[in-house]
Amino acid sequence: MEQIIQQLINGVSLGSIYALIALGYTMVYGIINLINFAHGDVLMIGAYIGFALTGIFGFSFFPALITSMVACGILGMVIEKVAYKPLRGASRISNLITAIAVSLFLQYGMMYFVGPESRTYKEVLPSSQINVMGTGAVIDIKSFYIIGITVMLMIILMYITNRTKIGKSMRALSQDKDAAELMGINVNKTISYTFFIGSALAGAAGVLIGVYYSTLNPLMGATPGLKAFVSAVIGGIGIIPGAVFGGFFLGLIETLVSSIGGSLYKDAVAFLILILVLLIKPTGLMGYKEQEKV
Amino acid sequence: MALLNVTKLTKNFGGVKAVTDVDLEVEENTITGIIGPNGAGKTTFFNLLTGIYKPSSGDIIYHINGDVTSRMLRPQKMTKYGIARTFQNIRLFKEMTVTDNVLLGYHCNLSYGVFPSVLRLPSYFREEKKAMEKAHELLKIFHLYDKRDEKAKNLSYGDQRKVEIARAMAADPKILLLDEPAAGMNPNETKELTKLIKWVQEEFQLTIILIEHDMSLVMKLCDKIFVFDYGHLIAEGDPESIQCNEQVLKAYLGGDYVAEAK
Amino acid sequence: MKELISRNNIIKSVMVLAVYLLVYLMMCTGIIDSYIFLNIVSIGINIILAVSLNLITGFTGQLSLGHAAFMSIGAYASGILTAKLGLPFIVGILGAALAAALAGILIGVPTLRLKGDYLAIATLGFGEIIRIVGLNWKYIGGAMGLNDIPRYTNWTWLFGIIVLTVVVISNFLSSYNGRAVISIKEDEIASTSMGVNTNYYKVLVFTIGALFAGIAGALYANYFYFIRPDSFGFMKSVDILVIVVLGGLGSIRGSILSAIALSLVSLSLQGIPELRMVIYAVILFIMMVYKPQRILEPIRKLVKKEA
Repeated sequence: MEQIIQQLINGVSLGSIYALIALGYTMVYGIINLINFAHGDVLMIGAYIGFALTGIFGFSFFPALITSMVACGILGMVIEKVAYKPLRGASRISNLITAIAVSLFLQYGMMYFVGPESRTYKEVLPSSQINVMGTGAVIDIKSFYIIGITVMLMIILMYITNRTKIGKSMRALSQDKDAAELMGINVNKTISYTFFIGSALAGAAGVLIGVYYSTLNPLMGATPGLKAFVSAVIGGIGIIPGAVFGGFFLGLIETLVSSIGGSLYKDAVAFLILILVLLIKPTGLMGYKEQEKV
Repeated sequence: MALLNVTKLTKNFGGVKAVTDVDLEVEENTITGIIGPNGAGKTTFFNLLTGIYKPSSGDIIYHINGDVTSRMLRPQKMTKYGIARTFQNIRLFKEMTVTDNVLLGYHCNLSYGVFPSVLRLPSYFREEKKAMEKAHELLKIFHLYDKRDEKAKNLSYGDQRKVEIARAMAADPKILLLDEPAAGMNPNETKELTKLIKWVQEEFQLTIILIEHDMSLVMKLCDKIFVFDYGHLIAEGDPESIQCNEQVLKAYLGGDYVAEAK
Repeated sequence: MKELISRNNIIKSVMVLAVYLLVYLMMCTGIIDSYIFLNIVSIGINIILAVSLNLITGFTGQLSLGHAAFMSIGAYASGILTAKLGLPFIVGILGAALAAALAGILIGVPTLRLKGDYLAIATLGFGEIIRIVGLNWKYIGGAMGLNDIPRYTNWTWLFGIIVLTVVVISNFLSSYNGRAVISIKEDEIASTSMGVNTNYYKVLVFTIGALFAGIAGALYANYFYFIRPDSFGFMKSVDILVIVVLGGLGSIRGSILSAIALSLVSLSLQGIPELRMVIYAVILFIMMVYKPQRILEPIRKLVKKEA
């Protein structure tokens, strides 16, 4: 029984991180139909910023988190303006390759400056093991921090998308770009904000991963990025609730597979689920069917 | 002899009733027109006839070389059954040459397979030669021969439309379905097209069904006309009777206007 | 038969033979040493990979981000057949071709309904699954890979297979099959309505493309002595895609030129290992923004006139 609760909470905290990253992917895809391969690497930079702030400048956890988020948000906007905007009309493949180029640039650029070795995060979150409500399950309190913070960020995101003007612009743009423009929505500004928010969330995820797993290296963004992307597709790419659902779904499944001894293959399981979803319902578990007009 | 029988054909998309209870008959060697206001269900009707949509209820039976029922209808089987079509928004293979577009229409008649292609066996040369001859023949008929090596995207709208029809003809069909062939054409091009369709029908002994908004073409060409409105068949008859039909006028011009005209 | 003996074909055959003999002589006399030959092998393998991917992505419009997985399967197949089972190279090559072709069918069939981004993601997923399975499969070496693969790849094998690949795929494309697959890329609905069995062709091009990628893998394995699952990951698939895009989707000649050009660029960057990937990334970006396909076009037209 304790095992189940432990795995459940592990799965939920892993899932919440995936969900956080997946949100960035899905928002960008919804708005400019681009698979932002560089998203996972923004996460990595967020982790390093957090590392520097806590390790070198002695920030405590929350200030480091917020600063890193803002910095990553700005980084996302810069990437969009410099690399993606010039290619807005171009073919799908051109955009794809550009995104990959940005990803490589961030990964190996970082590697050039800080070296490829792994580093250890400073302990900034309390790390006691606590008993869950007397059930005997032992969980690191960090997990709850992660779940709590991600849930809070998601609530803020929901508020922004549903209650603010910029959120409305984002939703309108993802539905119909031309109509949105005709209605006076500033397309460039909206896209920039979307990247800011998505990248800020990635930055947060980066810090949380760094704090939870304690290590970081320049290539750390690749695997979580890919898995989060898979989550977004599973839930339905372009759909915000889909990203959240997909993230938790994948986190739980991955933890489950690990717990029954398949930890070597857990990555493969993620892709297997991806392919199954694509075959059965390509628009995602929460998506709607598209029909082409003949 | 009726080449096509449509009985109580209905197609619903969720709550939208695109086509409802349509009964239709098309005689061999005739030109039949399908007209009606926008959104009346005409293109949906065509898509049902060509297997792109499956009927929600009702039947479609073609009587060509045996019977072809709606259950057997699949878009890629149409040319084998002898039915070819063109599309409302010209669907040409834009980066391919005019000749290649027409050759693609001939695709269902080629069967020399992968290995002969790769190994350049005699069957490859033999069948390609036949195909090329047929394509050139059609191109000359449609006055497109001198543009045969142009990429389809470089042609004028009217010429593109002709290529699409030539491509459909390359499949050697018994029935030709034309979806708004005159769309986007100026009066001169429309006159030429009208002559061309008439000529093609007589020369190849085809049965033609066409959707059109251009009344001059419809009235001149069609032996029989069916009128759609909101998915229903509201009238049928020869050109003269359709022109005076009150239901038709109401559908196009609105009820009040007709009352005034009276 | 007499159609095959055309003036064009004779000229092409003579030129091909000339290139073969020239390089052969240069190798015999030592002008081309083992280092240069290593580069030639890399370039040659990239040509085969690019041309085979172009068939799938450039001509038929099926975006595939998992092409390296086919190469991987072929490499391991040949590696196992030649190293572990001691069989001759031809068996390795045929085994690689067969294994990769089967993988092509395995990927082609389930993904028939997918288009555009969804197809790309699915192929990426397949590629990753293959890589992860390879990492964990003890018999083929797991993460340590397969070692001591006999070096059978020589200039004759390499050149012969390049010529075979180009001829087979070009001939395929200039037949009614070629028209069919191009029409699928251009307008799938119209293509279907004209009687093209799009499902058949989509699986067919995946199979043919995978087959040749598998053979390329065999050439790779039996030259570089050892292979690891990570040599054939997502990055390699991206590399091949970039070559195809630069050379022009839908141009075989473009793929050949581009493979040569980009391999040379990559080699020239070997000297700066730290910044190599960063510079590569910048070059990629510039390529996408400034579309040097335009630069390669006049060169392509020139080569066309020569041939």
